[in-house]
Amino acid sequence: MSSFTGAGRLARLALRRDRIRLAIWVLGTPLIGYALAESVAGVYPDEQARLGYAEAATTSVVARAFNGPVASTELGAVVVTETYLTLALLVALLSTFAVVRHTRQNEETGRAELLGASAVGRYALLTAALVVVAGANLLAVGLLTLAFIGAGLPVAGSVSAAAAIGGVGIAFTGVAAVTAQLTVTSRGANALAAAAVGVAFLLRAAGDVLGTPGAGGIRLDSAWPTWLSPLGWGTQVRAFGGERWLVLALPVALLLAGVAVAFLLAERRDVGAGLLAARRGPAQAAAGLLSPAGLTWRLHRGALAGWAVAVAVLGLSMGVAGHEVADLIADNPATAEMIAQLGGGSGLVDAYLSTMLGLFALTIGAYVVQALLRTRGDETDGVLESLLATAVSRTRWLGTQVLGAVLGALALVLLGGVTTGLGYGLATGDPIGWTVELGGAALLRLPALLVVAGVVTVLFGALPRWSVALSWAVLIGFLLLGQLGAVLDLPQAALNLSPYTHVPSVPAVEPAVAPLLGLTAVAAALLAVGLAAFRHRDTPS
Amino acid sequence: MSVISIDNLVKTFGAVRALDGLDLRVEPGEVHGFLGPNGSGKSTTIRILLGLLRRDSGQVRVLDGDPWRDAVALHRRLAYVPGDVNLWPNLSGGEAIDLLGALRGGLDQRRRDELLQRFDLDPTKKCRTYSKGNRQKVAIVAAFASDVELYVLDEPTSGLDPLMEAVFQAEVRQLTQAGASVLLSSHVLAEVEALCERVSIIREGRVVEAGTLAELRHLARTTVTVETGRPPTGLEALPGVHGVRPVDGRIRLEVEPEHLDTLLGHLIRFEVRALTSTPPTLEELFLRHYGDSVNGNRPAPVGGAR
Repeated sequence: MSSFTGAGRLARLALRRDRIRLAIWVLGTPLIGYALAESVAGVYPDEQARLGYAEAATTSVVARAFNGPVASTELGAVVVTETYLTLALLVALLSTFAVVRHTRQNEETGRAELLGASAVGRYALLTAALVVVAGANLLAVGLLTLAFIGAGLPVAGSVSAAAAIGGVGIAFTGVAAVTAQLTVTSRGANALAAAAVGVAFLLRAAGDVLGTPGAGGIRLDSAWPTWLSPLGWGTQVRAFGGERWLVLALPVALLLAGVAVAFLLAERRDVGAGLLAARRGPAQAAAGLLSPAGLTWRLHRGALAGWAVAVAVLGLSMGVAGHEVADLIADNPATAEMIAQLGGGSGLVDAYLSTMLGLFALTIGAYVVQALLRTRGDETDGVLESLLATAVSRTRWLGTQVLGAVLGALALVLLGGVTTGLGYGLATGDPIGWTVELGGAALLRLPALLVVAGVVTVLFGALPRWSVALSWAVLIGFLLLGQLGAVLDLPQAALNLSPYTHVPSVPAVEPAVAPLLGLTAVAAALLAVGLAAFRHRDTPS
Repeated sequence: MSVISIDNLVKTFGAVRALDGLDLRVEPGEVHGFLGPNGSGKSTTIRILLGLLRRDSGQVRVLDGDPWRDAVALHRRLAYVPGDVNLWPNLSGGEAIDLLGALRGGLDQRRRDELLQRFDLDPTKKCRTYSKGNRQKVAIVAAFASDVELYVLDEPTSGLDPLMEAVFQAEVRQLTQAGASVLLSSHVLAEVEALCERVSIIREGRVVEAGTLAELRHLARTTVTVETGRPPTGLEALPGVHGVRPVDGRIRLEVEPEHLDTLLGHLIRFEVRALTSTPPTLEELFLRHYGDSVNGNRPAPVGGAR
C-alpha cells in the first residue's frame, strides 16, 4: 500500500459531497464573467470611451488600488480590469474553503480517523482534496474562456484572462494546503488562508499604487510588491495587452511548493494535530459571559471586529476616492449616468456617496444574515438543546440573537457612514461636518437591515430546515433587485419587494420619514411572527 | 405525588410514530432506569419532558408542572445531561460549566470545584479540543453542581471510562441521598443495576415492562442447575418448568419463580448433591424484550404463560 492508496476513491467521495457547491462554482464563475463582460461592453462601446477609462484608471490612485492596472485600450482589457478582482477573490476563497473542507475539517470531525483506519494512504486525503480543487479551477478556467469568447472577445486574450483568474485559485489551493496543516480547526485554517488572501490584496494594491504610468499614461508598471502577491500575478499576465504567458507559471510554482510543504508537514504530524498549539482558556467564566446577551457578544465579537475593520478600510478609501469622482466622471459620461442611476440623485458627488452608503447597507445585510443564522447552527449542533433546557425561555434566547445581530448591523452601518464621511471630509476639508452628515445618512439605512433580520427570523421560526438556503437567497434577491433592477427595467412592483428600494438615498435625496416607519413596522411584524413560530415548534427540527 | 408522570404519550414525526402510548412514573427520591436500545424513543421522551418537543397527545407532568407551558420555571428545578453533548468550541470547559449553571439559576462553586477534581477534568481547555467523554464530563459537572430537585440524564456515561463510571455512580448516590430524583436513560445495564430501584423498559415507543428490579426478576424464569445421585425423572411434567437439558452430567432447567417450591420438593427425591439457582440478570430481562432484533424471533413472553 502506497501513501496515496485510496486517493481516487476519496476524490470521488469529495465530488459526491460537493456536487452542488462545485457545480455552482464551476458554472457560476463563467456566468458572472459573461454577464460582467457584456455589461462592460455596453458601457465602453468605442475606443474613445475606453481610452478615457484607461487614463482615468491609471491616474486615480484609488482605482489602481481596487482594480489594478489596465493592460490596453482593448475592450477585453477593460473587461479584465473591471472583473478581475471580483472573480479572482471569489476563486481564491472558494479554493481555500474547498481544500480545508476536505482536509482539516475531515480531521476535526474525526472522519479522517475513520478513513485513515481503512486502506487509505497517509497522503490520500490531501491528494484527493488537491486533485478535486485544482480540477475545479481548471474546469472553471475552460468555461470562463468560452464565456469571454462568447462575449465577443479575442481567443488569445480570453484564454490568458481566464487562466490569470484561475491561476489565483491554483495559487491559493497551494496556500490552503499548507494552512490546513498548521491549525487544529478548520475555522483556523480558513482564517489563516483568508488572511493570506487579504495580505495578497494589500501587497498588490500597494504595488499598483506605487507603480509608474507607462507610455500614453495608460499602461501601469506596477512596483515590486505586486510581484509578491498571487493576486498581482494575474494582472501582470496583461491579458488583451501583449500577453506575458510565462507569468502563469508563478501560480503553478506556488501550488507545487505549497503541496510539497504540506506533504512534508503531514508526514511529521499526527492525525488531528496541528503545528500551532490550541490555546487555553480561563478555568472560570467572567461574570459578563453568564447571560444569553453575554454569550451572544462573546460568540459574535470576533466576526464583528473583522467586519468593522473591513468596513472602516472600505469607508475611508471610498470617502477619499470621493474627491476623485468629479474628475473621473468628467471624462466618462457613461459612468456618470450609471452612478446617477444607482444613487438616484442629481449632484454627482452626493450620488456617489449615497451609492457607497447603499452598498454598505447591502453588504451589512450579509452580516445580519450570517449572525442570525447562527441560531440555526446552534440548533443543528445541539447547543440550543442544552441552552433551552436551562431557565432561558425561547423568546429571550431568540430575542437576544436578533438584538445582537441588529446592534451589530447598527454599529457597522454607522461606522461605514462615519468613515466614508471622514475620508471624504479629509480629502476635501471639513471632516467633522461630513462625518456627522454621512453618519446620520447611514443610520437611515438601518430599517432595511431590520427587515432583513425579520426575514431571517421568520424563516428560522417557521421553516428551520430551509432557513439557511432561503435566507441567503432572499438577500441575494434584494441585491439583484437593487443592482440589476434598474438596468433590466423591471417593473416597480418587483423592485418594491426589496426593502432597500424604500430607503431614501440620503444625501442624494431628502430624507423621508414615511418609508422608514413603514419598513420598521414590516420588520416588527416579521420579528413577531418569527418569534411566535419559534415558540410553537419542536426543537431540534 | 410523582416527580414525573406520563400517561399514554404519543409523538409522531411525519409518518413515524416515535412514541406510541408511553407511560412512565418517577417517584420522589428514586433513581429510575429508562432502558431501551437506540431509536426506541428514550431521547424523544426526555425532550418532551424538557419542553423541547411538543406532545401530540397524552398527559405529561414534571414536578407538578406542564413541561411545555412552564418550561422556564421547571428548568430552574431540574438539570439535564444530553446524550450527545455539544458545546461552544471557543469557550473553555470551565466557562461552559459556569454558563450552563448560571443560566439554570446558579451553581455551587465549592461543589463545582470538587466535581472537577473528582472527574479529573481540566477546565482551561477549549471545548473544541475535548473528547466525547470530556464533553460529557462538562455537562455532568454543570448539572451535578446545580442544587435541583430532578436530574434528567440521557445516556450520560456512554463516553466515560470505568474509573469515571464509578465516580459517576458515587455522585448519583450522593444526589439521591440529598433527596433528589433521577431519571437515568442508559443502555449500560450494569450501571442501571447498580443505581436504580425501579426501571422502565421501552420498546418502539411504548413501555413494555416497568417495576422494581425484584418485581421484574420475579416475572422472569430462574435458571436452576442441579446434580443428583439418581437421574431425575418427570421434570418436564412439573408446572412452570422449561428447557430441561443435561449439561456436564448435571441437569439445567428454567423455572418460573412461583413454581420453584414444587420443583425443589420434586428434586429432593433424587438425592440432591449440588444445586445453584440464578435469578435472571437485567441483561436477560432486556434481551427477552429485544430478542427478536438479535435472532429474528418474536420475544419470549416474560414469565411464560401470562
